[in-house]
Amino acid sequence: MSNELEREHAKLVRKLFFVVIAMFGFGYALVPIYDVFCDITGLNGKTAQVAVVETKYEIDKTREITLEFVTSLNKSAPMLFFTETKKMKVHPGQYYTVNFYAENKTNKAMIARAIPSITPGPAAEYFKKTECFCFTEQTFEPKQGKTMPVRFVIDPDLPARYKTITLAYTFFDNTKISVKQ
Amino acid sequence: MSAVTAENDGHHDHKPAKGFMRWIVTTNHKDIGTMYLVFALAMFFVGGVMALIIRSELFEPGMQFVEPQFFNSMTTMHALVMIFGAVMPAFVGFANWQIPMMIGAPDMALPRMNNMSFWMLVAGILLLFSTLFVEGGAPAAGWTMYPPLVLQTGNALPFAIFSIHLLGISSIMGAINIIATIFNMRAPAMSLMKMPLFVWTWIITAFLLIAIMPVFAGAVTMLLTDRFFDTSFFDAAGGGDPVLYQHLFWFFGHPEVYVLILPTFGIASTIIPVFARKPLFGYASMVYATAAIAFLSFIVWAHHMFLVGMPLVGELYFMYATMIIAVPTAVKVFNWTATMWKGAMTFETPMLFSVAFVILFTIGGFTGLMMSLAPVDFQYHDTYFIVAHFHYVLVPAAIFMIMAGCYFWLPKWTGNMYDERLGRLHFWLSVISVNVLFFPQHFLGLAGMPRRIPDYAVQFADWNMISSIGAFVYGFSQLLFVYIVYKTIRGIDCEKATDEVWEGASEHGLEWRLPSPAPYHTFETPPDEVPTEHF
Repeated sequence: MSNELEREHAKLVRKLFFVVIAMFGFGYALVPIYDVFCDITGLNGKTAQVAVVETKYEIDKTREITLEFVTSLNKSAPMLFFTETKKMKVHPGQYYTVNFYAENKTNKAMIARAIPSITPGPAAEYFKKTECFCFTEQTFEPKQGKTMPVRFVIDPDLPARYKTITLAYTFFDNTKISVKQ
Repeated sequence: MSAVTAENDGHHDHKPAKGFMRWIVTTNHKDIGTMYLVFALAMFFVGGVMALIIRSELFEPGMQFVEPQFFNSMTTMHALVMIFGAVMPAFVGFANWQIPMMIGAPDMALPRMNNMSFWMLVAGILLLFSTLFVEGGAPAAGWTMYPPLVLQTGNALPFAIFSIHLLGISSIMGAINIIATIFNMRAPAMSLMKMPLFVWTWIITAFLLIAIMPVFAGAVTMLLTDRFFDTSFFDAAGGGDPVLYQHLFWFFGHPEVYVLILPTFGIASTIIPVFARKPLFGYASMVYATAAIAFLSFIVWAHHMFLVGMPLVGELYFMYATMIIAVPTAVKVFNWTATMWKGAMTFETPMLFSVAFVILFTIGGFTGLMMSLAPVDFQYHDTYFIVAHFHYVLVPAAIFMIMAGCYFWLPKWTGNMYDERLGRLHFWLSVISVNVLFFPQHFLGLAGMPRRIPDYAVQFADWNMISSIGAFVYGFSQLLFVYIVYKTIRGIDCEKATDEVWEGASEHGLEWRLPSPAPYHTFETPPDEVPTEHF
């Protein structure tokens, strides 16, 4: 093999190796890109994780949206978690408060986090919360139960094709992770 | 070293080393090609045994032989072994043997890296097998390894992930080697548009590999850190999203299925013209179609995820983009058909497999087109319909063309003609049983039988039984292939192969101008002219 050919190989391999590293980086770069993309388009049903300021909307009495509430626990977190209101009819523009109840079933203090998700996903940006237990981690004393309100409004700009919206909360037991941080 | 002193160079042996060490230390492209092919064949049988365990359990409704957890391990491991252990290494084996001979090069560009990538593949697969013996069993969440389910895997998880890292590094090195060989070592007379199509499909495949394997390695590394180092890439509690994994996975996974099929196209485009005794119809359009398929493979991944709750616009985009792939694919199918049109065809075993490939691959392609329709995919998703679809494009397409390639080039590699009568018997057993095996799975899927379950409702019993019978016939027929290959290599009652092997083959490819068996070193000086039948 001549020197010249070896140099050619080395040059090409360096370039290809760079592509490999770049693609590995691209894989990781997709994580923030995905978040930004979801944020802009409001895909995947993520709601805003901060409270919105309560603004007055014109109440649309002619429209009725069915709201469903679903509660679940991740990996059988040792908790009780339910809502008294499973389903309600709401008018866009009007503020409502719904109570959720969560209880720590263990004898140890617990840090838990509720993650909301809205179906259908594109409706998420029209679902505005002024108060929610999901904005921060919740600390529970041993055996402590808490009633936690969610105050929300549905933006009257919600496209007419959405008749039913489901709001699902999943509680994650974050005690281990939070203590480490 | 210069060309003049190369003769005296220490590591430039002219004969293979003796004994077992020859295979450990070899840097010869033919030796490494052989090792890849033998390894792939062994893994084909290991993966096949896993498939037969699955089909035994599904022979009748109810739980018969294995625990559900182990059943799920089998579906997962069967996929990983067949993809990373059998089909991909088989194509790399063909690449090693054929690419230097087809382009008139003395060897691969980076022979030592070539050796290393083979042994890394072996290490990766052994690491994967080791998970069968650890606490909690082998990975059982499917080869796609979706979180959060896959994070519940027992001690096997880190082993499986490191195994994927090794397999990924191995195939990236293989791909880099192939690109360097093709770009830098072609005979001076061979311009890019004179390259055989097998070489063309492999260079495109190699670019796919270096683009996607690192993304997959990244995705499984995120799984690893999510499980052991408290990151939250895919964990909603920490702000992550499990759906993100599906995007990352299928960004790798969709091009990956073309990694499995493009070299298949290459082998078909090499074999069909020889037995039709005509030049390949539409050479340039074949090249462009391959490139188009490869490009499109990067922008259609979410058609695997129509059920995650995408907005309508997303579903429409991925649906139409997926349907466009049917166009270059159809160009290829029409080109193969046109190559055969009015050809003076003979039907030796490689051609039989190739004709079956064109027909059965088209069936697999059509079911794929059905599933590209987002609204109907809601019904087909995760049923046996998808199982039938991807097995039609992998077994009677990829595996059949690997078999065809073996029959086609074996006389050149060994200098002996394989037993044509047994070869045809192998073909007919395979082609009938493979349809008995997979065709009923379409019906099962349309009737609603979900995939990856060890038990099923009684209305699915009949077709499952037929499918299982086909599986056993197909599986055991492949032992005949091993016997034929063994007989050919040893030269037991075989005719000697001529240099050209197939009538007129030297018009189609450089390798047929070499003696049979191909000497250990070939094309140490590049050939002066190359076949130009396409022009």
